[in-house]
Amino acid sequence: MEKYNKVLLLGSGSTKIGQAGEFDYSGSQALKALKEEGINTILINPNIATVQTSEGVADKVYFLPVTPFFVEKVIEKERPDAILLAFGGQTALNCGVELYNNGVFEKYGVKVLGTQVQAIMDTEDRELFIQKLDEINVATIKSHAVESIEDAKAAALELGYPVIIRSAYALGGLGSGFCDNEDELVKLAEKSFSFSPQILVEKSLKGWKEIEFEVVRDKSDNCIIVCSMENFDPLGIHTGESIVVAPTQTLTAHEVQKLSELTIRVARHVGIVGECNIQYAFDPQSEEYRVIEVNARLSRSSALASKATGYPLAFVACKLGLGYNLYELKNSITKTTTSFFEPAVDYIVCKMPRWDLSKFHGVDREIGSSMKSVGEVMSIGRSFEEVIQKGIRMIGQGMHGFVENKKLKFDNLDKALREPTDKRLFAISQAFEQGYSVERIHELTKIDKWFLNRLEYIFNISNELHQITRLEDLSADLLLKAKKAGFSDFQISRAIGQEQKFGSNKGRSSVRDYRKKLDILPFVKQIDTLGGEYAAQANYLYMTYNAMAHDIKFDNKKNSIVVIGSGAYRIGSSVEFDYCGVQALNTIRKEGYENVMINCNPETVSTDYDVCDRLYFDELTFERVLDIIELQNPHGVIVSTGGQIPNNLALKLDNENVPILGTSAKDIDNAEDRDKFSAMLDRIGVDQPEWAALTSMADIDKFIERVGFPVLVRPSYVLSGAAMNVCSNQEELKVFLQMAADVSKEHPVVVSRFIEHAKEVEMDAVAKDGEIIAYAISEHIEFAGVHSGDATIQFPPQKLYVETVKRIKRISRQIAKELHISGPFNIQYLARENDIKVIECNLRASRSFPFVSKVLKINLIEIATKVMLGVPVEVPEKSLYDIDYVGIKSSQFSFNRLQKADPVLGVDMASTGEVGCLGDDPNFAILESMLAVGQRIPEKNILLSTGSAKQKADMLDAAKLLADNGYNIYATGGTSKFLTENGIKNQLVYWPSEQGTPQALDMLHNKQIDLVVNIPKDLTQHELSNGYKIRRAAIDLNVPLITNARLASAFINAFVQYSVDDIPIKSWDEFK
Amino acid sequence: MKASLILADGTLFEGESFGFEAPTNGEIVFNTSVNGYPEILTDPSSRGQIIVMTYPLIGNYGVQPISHDKYGVTVNAESDHIHAKALIVSDYSEFYSHWNATQSLGDWLKAEKITALQGIDTRQLAQHIRNHGTMSAKIVFRNMPKPTEFTNSNLVDQVSCTEPIVYNEGGKKRVVLLDNGVKAGVLRTLINNDITVVRVPWNYDFTGMEYDGLLISNGPGNPNFMGKAIENIQKAMETDKPIIGIEMGCLLFALAAGMDLFKLKFGHHTHNQSVRVCGTDRCLITIQNHNYAIRKDSVMGGWRVWMENLNDGSVEAIAHTEKPWTAIMFHSEADIIKTDADFIYNDFFAKL
Repeated sequence: MEKYNKVLLLGSGSTKIGQAGEFDYSGSQALKALKEEGINTILINPNIATVQTSEGVADKVYFLPVTPFFVEKVIEKERPDAILLAFGGQTALNCGVELYNNGVFEKYGVKVLGTQVQAIMDTEDRELFIQKLDEINVATIKSHAVESIEDAKAAALELGYPVIIRSAYALGGLGSGFCDNEDELVKLAEKSFSFSPQILVEKSLKGWKEIEFEVVRDKSDNCIIVCSMENFDPLGIHTGESIVVAPTQTLTAHEVQKLSELTIRVARHVGIVGECNIQYAFDPQSEEYRVIEVNARLSRSSALASKATGYPLAFVACKLGLGYNLYELKNSITKTTTSFFEPAVDYIVCKMPRWDLSKFHGVDREIGSSMKSVGEVMSIGRSFEEVIQKGIRMIGQGMHGFVENKKLKFDNLDKALREPTDKRLFAISQAFEQGYSVERIHELTKIDKWFLNRLEYIFNISNELHQITRLEDLSADLLLKAKKAGFSDFQISRAIGQEQKFGSNKGRSSVRDYRKKLDILPFVKQIDTLGGEYAAQANYLYMTYNAMAHDIKFDNKKNSIVVIGSGAYRIGSSVEFDYCGVQALNTIRKEGYENVMINCNPETVSTDYDVCDRLYFDELTFERVLDIIELQNPHGVIVSTGGQIPNNLALKLDNENVPILGTSAKDIDNAEDRDKFSAMLDRIGVDQPEWAALTSMADIDKFIERVGFPVLVRPSYVLSGAAMNVCSNQEELKVFLQMAADVSKEHPVVVSRFIEHAKEVEMDAVAKDGEIIAYAISEHIEFAGVHSGDATIQFPPQKLYVETVKRIKRISRQIAKELHISGPFNIQYLARENDIKVIECNLRASRSFPFVSKVLKINLIEIATKVMLGVPVEVPEKSLYDIDYVGIKSSQFSFNRLQKADPVLGVDMASTGEVGCLGDDPNFAILESMLAVGQRIPEKNILLSTGSAKQKADMLDAAKLLADNGYNIYATGGTSKFLTENGIKNQLVYWPSEQGTPQALDMLHNKQIDLVVNIPKDLTQHELSNGYKIRRAAIDLNVPLITNARLASAFINAFVQYSVDDIPIKSWDEFK
Repeated sequence: MKASLILADGTLFEGESFGFEAPTNGEIVFNTSVNGYPEILTDPSSRGQIIVMTYPLIGNYGVQPISHDKYGVTVNAESDHIHAKALIVSDYSEFYSHWNATQSLGDWLKAEKITALQGIDTRQLAQHIRNHGTMSAKIVFRNMPKPTEFTNSNLVDQVSCTEPIVYNEGGKKRVVLLDNGVKAGVLRTLINNDITVVRVPWNYDFTGMEYDGLLISNGPGNPNFMGKAIENIQKAMETDKPIIGIEMGCLLFALAAGMDLFKLKFGHHTHNQSVRVCGTDRCLITIQNHNYAIRKDSVMGGWRVWMENLNDGSVEAIAHTEKPWTAIMFHSEADIIKTDADFIYNDFFAKL
């Protein structure tokens, strides 16, 4: 076997729709595999919130964009022997293909490990792919690769509508979709061509089953099928948008064998060394199949398959790339058998996607061939009913399962079934209520009748429960039947009327008590990869009612610490909380405790069974968490490293006498409850924007009369600003309040004065018994009004007065003391001049913890965990003043996937990920981070429309810089006039609503614009449709867009001063 | 109707009947395959077994019609009838969904008079068997007579054909198939390679027949009952013609060659047994259904261990160093589907 000393791994960059935390997991596994071999590892990944970029994972980390330019620079500097391209998603793969084509690997003698680039190209280029599979008589969906709209039309005519359009080399089905007629085709094709020079037109196989296989092949040609998966949703819905179960449920052994053989045939012919995913369309009426896609790399599905089977695909794939054979590697669960085996599962898993479509204005809710979901969960159980109901609860969108939910309104139920949206499951639930048969629902949805029949069974149990009116009348048989079908105590309580009688909490606990009295309890089972055939010390666990015994024993040593995870990735809670959870787990282990994780997100590192002594892959509901705690009997529970979900459980768990570590549940509540928090601030003399919790329109009007517009309107207990908005006038207020009332009836509406042109400052800190022992203050580049999760953040702050920092420190100390904080916390401040106001305080780790920890090189979570464990902590001496470089965190948006959504930023969070880059000069850091989130440095032509007078003035300096540096400025009416008045050369272009040429939209379509700066006039929804059209066109045509004046100025300043060639290539450890 | 599964060591599991309602007995084994229940139940090697499926959801795709191809070989199953004594599952699906299914698993079991229970924690049960070994067990219904105790008997005799049957007359070569309970897949593999198959009963003296090669088939139970077969194999070995043994056939071949056997604690009854060709990097995923194995230290006299189990190190195949004789402890036949183990058959055919 060849020896490698230094290996470079490409990460996947910022998380975005179609490419999320799964690549943090696969990259981390690969790095672990390399480390075991004593290989020096180098990682390029600007995603600073990841586990893989944490200390001790890779030997060297470059927080740089994963683009050919930067990767070549790093190769030139580091001279690695080899490179891994398969662990960083489509980003790393595309980058690798380009470097290979440019001869970079050859030039520097870098060997590509695992599947070779030619094989990757054979699978990525549609025509090559079909040709390749034709050679071995494997059927594909014949498509016409076209490079013009005219050819696309001709192809569609030949195939017959409906057709599907795909763009080659695009992740997650970007720019693809179904077209029923020529109009739709032209529209979509135009968009697709902006992402890719080649698009494919093919016959649609809507209604076929979608089946996936994961195959592993070693260099000696040994192949194994690790997992088969079946989509609940029929073909036509992207697999990332589908509910997926593993193993396949409705295929005979013969059919599975047939597809397995095809899978292995393809893996061999293509030349996979490592892991590969193949997606099939499978005819529900015969054994006809078509290969849809081959992914010659680790993927979202492979992360899911790893978690579904316990087979660590990424780890094994990496080892195979180094030259091992499968049989030479140990099965990492049994530790006694080899990795050459096909996992035997004795449970069923269900993956369920999570969408956050409500956060976007105007977005298309239909789900289809392009991915829109932002995260996913995986439920494990021993019946389909159990896993689907668990899954629905896990995605955390207020649904309690398949039944017993607040009724959704469907204007046209048949349509809701025929044209699926993110709410389709609940449309099915309602269809049953309205008496639709399985047959009828199948006709409309094309979902296999087997799944529908099982859903009907849940519905039938619900009916049975509804017959019961008193808890005492609920028989043990029916209760057990319901639990086996995945009903939560809450659902049962609601169905039998306990909720109505006693309220949701008491109703639920009455069912729980009754159930425990009847000895109806869930059992803990292991995932051991071999169906129990060999004894395994597996610590990978789930809970089920479809069992009669626990697989594991529980002791009474009280030596374990339970960390509650963050659940599905969503807007506002992503890899950063996985990072926090993993750091907590590591610290607990180091301190000699047994660490226990509860989480349900297959895309995470925290659900890698290697990182903890026990992993409960299960629900983060109060019921399940309490089930686990009662069995586990831990020394303590950590609720402050997993974002808002565990934070919200704190008080309820505390009421059950669960030992919560760190800040007490009561104090958490004192910070979460606006009234209590506000009263406390008043008591200690800390200022905050005027606010009031109001329940009537009259009160609201009275309040606004006092403080004036604009106001910020929001409900309590929310993360990432769901359902909050800035309202500038009466009309907007009314419209929005109607929506807000829908969101939360229990809580009054909170209205606060919105302070314009203020800086936003964040304090991330750890306190011990109310004393701050470590902290980081960072500054937003944008003014307040952009959600802190969307803002560009610099740390250490570059433009804050010393006095501001001093005051913020003082106030933070007061708050920490008042709330007796022991653990991590975050406070957000508004600063105008030296006037400081508190806007939010969370007694938990925040989104920016990994960023500031990595820039400061002090692991704040480790310190916080030690505090919570009550072990001695060394107070770090270093402070932000000791840092001679700057870190900039930029946000990644995924508007290109959210058709029709307005790509504008406001108080509601919209970003799906982030990067953090370092520079000795802030300009370097801003360039790196902007490039890393997909911005490009414009070549020549920039389109400006810069909003209100104030914003126009803000942008003046930057506009002048552009003009002085030879850029062509195109500007819409008002902006053009303003620029001309100020002596800046520009060319007038017209809004879509105006007559005259050139039209701004035409210029975008003709690819004449390299950058769009479009600043909405105000922060309201009520932006002119003109602006929306320009912004949306920029997104759809893949032209970089910036919508904030201060960010645009910072970016322009940076790129006119420096070119990318000026950026020094420095690894994390070289910033001292 | 509720019924109880009682293991020989007294362990009791309560379940709900979904098959034929009658007490029964058998040897309890667990199978970790996630699908393939029709094939597993109709495999003659399953004769006498109470089969526990560790995968919880069984019955989803119903049962496809069992028929015969133009050669008279069974289609959609390994034989025409269920050979297992009973089936134990966790979550039986009465509702099935498959374009080619004609009845539910439960209806088929009833028609075949086979007892079946659901609602049992089959993982717990499998672990019990793993820890305590294969044992006899019975299924008891309330208000019904107790089943007789399970006794070891010559199960092969119950599944072997009773007189010679010829398939595909006029093929390129002629192979005698010593039928210990052959699966349809084995027959199909031979026929697909244009072999004329002369299927003879397990105790039939075929040595006087004209043939190019001998295949000793798979079959159920204990090889120690099968002295007659061993005698005939020993006679066949005098001619130096190609011989291949499969599972039971492998064990009989080994006994005929003077090797020793032992009983595995809980057998190999899965679709994912990992096997490695000794001294090479070649590995196979195999289907197995047997309780005995060859003692490694008894492989001698011109024989070598050809393949080993990657998990427990047991002998998975033997080969003679000079003569055209091989034997494997697993199935490699494929009806339509190619498998990685095809080379074993191909080698055999090449030698004919």
